[in-house]
Amino acid sequence: MSGHTDPAAAPPVDDRPPKPRPAPVLDPDSAPYYGAALEGRLVVQRCDTCGNTQLYARDRCLRCRSEVRWVEASGRGTIYSFTVIRQQHQRPFRTWLPYVVALVDLEEGPRVMTNLVECDPDRVHIGMAVRARFEPVSEDAGIALFEPA
Amino acid sequence: MTAPGRRAVIAGAATSDYPYLPEHSEHAVHGQAADRALADAGLTLADVDGLATAGFFPMYAVGVAEYLGLQPTYLDETNTGGSSFEVLVEHAAHAVEAGAAEVVLVTYGSIQLSQMGRRLGTGGGGGGGIMPGPAVHDALWGNTLVGNYAMAARRHMHEFGTTPEQLAAVAVTMREHAGHNPQAQYRDPITVDDVLGSRLVADPLHKLDCCVISDGGGACIVTTEERARDLRRPPVYVLGASHASTHHLNLSAMGPLTTTAAALSGPRAFARAGVTPADVDVAQIYDSFTITVVLTVEDLGFCAKGEGGAFVEDGGLGLGGRLPTNTDGGGLSSCHPGMRGMFLIVEAVRQLRGECGRMQVPEARVAVAHGTGGVLSTGATLVLGREVP
Repeated sequence: MSGHTDPAAAPPVDDRPPKPRPAPVLDPDSAPYYGAALEGRLVVQRCDTCGNTQLYARDRCLRCRSEVRWVEASGRGTIYSFTVIRQQHQRPFRTWLPYVVALVDLEEGPRVMTNLVECDPDRVHIGMAVRARFEPVSEDAGIALFEPA
Repeated sequence: MTAPGRRAVIAGAATSDYPYLPEHSEHAVHGQAADRALADAGLTLADVDGLATAGFFPMYAVGVAEYLGLQPTYLDETNTGGSSFEVLVEHAAHAVEAGAAEVVLVTYGSIQLSQMGRRLGTGGGGGGGIMPGPAVHDALWGNTLVGNYAMAARRHMHEFGTTPEQLAAVAVTMREHAGHNPQAQYRDPITVDDVLGSRLVADPLHKLDCCVISDGGGACIVTTEERARDLRRPPVYVLGASHASTHHLNLSAMGPLTTTAAALSGPRAFARAGVTPADVDVAQIYDSFTITVVLTVEDLGFCAKGEGGAFVEDGGLGLGGRLPTNTDGGGLSSCHPGMRGMFLIVEAVRQLRGECGRMQVPEARVAVAHGTGGVLSTGATLVLGREVP
């Protein structure tokens, strides 16, 4: 197939300033979650009617449609699955290759996607104990990254 | 109950040229596929009263209708990603059986390769980029489309001991099939070692565990048994169909990564068709990635959960194997323009009409086409047959 560049080929020299991590576009459902992360807190939604605990943020309980309230989470969890991204053409991610994307089951129940940091990609395993750490990404939002516990 | 003679059939089917169409617009690909499917059936655009298609703009079907000069009285543009065309045929079958339409053109066209290059699988936040609303949550981590499927593969390996060699076997068999398809994008034989030696894109998926990126399209004609009686081709019956979704672009919302929407759509489609997986002679299964096929053969009930790795090994998906699958070479080797579901239908129809030459499954009477869309998000199963059982 002529006329197409090999995606594995080294990208052309890129002297643009580093691109920051993308920030979430917030809405009334999600703003409290990312706002808490900006303050260094991991929060989950709890339903006092049926006892369900959930993420991502919705306006109501996924199980019984009752109202939910935000509660503090421990920040502890285990890796449910993960991958090491080795090819990605978008900035800033392509400048970080290889890096780990993981699904973490929080102690409180909900599952979140995240990046596992401070860990050799070759040492990651399913069931690994991890804990949250936080990074600001905008004036209104932080994100929860995870590292080995 | 369907009125006598109104049972839904596929009366014509064809692919466009593929896999590289730099001289074509996206809509021209629709047109070429539509012309060929109509000619296959012995119909013209003047006979068409329904149009069903899926693309990535609002009012997409309306635009394709305009381009083709159609003023249809039945329109459908349900988009479930790669499984869209199985869903559109299911809907069209209901429509003709209910008398809401007589001849529905289901069409697909894409110039993904010419327009976007090979960026589909390795950019964005898992395929969607940063967008407002709920899809934002999994889009912040530099995950790729491939990465989502890689996490399902990793989990399947963890739970069931599935090996990279077993996943690779799917790609090897698809390439063998593509060797008999002159149009296929890649035709040179590969080995398990070739797959495992190709670079890792997202662990544990290698480059050769991933589908190709192509241009191309296809079309089929859904009408009634009665209307098909005096047409050119033997009808292929839509025996049963069903579809399901488990999540959208947030893989974190899927639940267990080792059971897909096929576990919901498959049993319902078989029950409606009045057949079982054991009755299936040939399968066309969406092979976006090798793991997609392993998960799907389990979820459709061709083997038990966890046994998919052993099922696909040793030519299990080849001619004479446990389940001859993707006889055109599949998305892994033949053609994958982004939403491959239409190619599954066209190849299933060709098998049931006995037109596949060297890749023909002898006496194929029942075929399954199963599409998977999004990030393992949707599944749609069509059970097709040469006659009503």
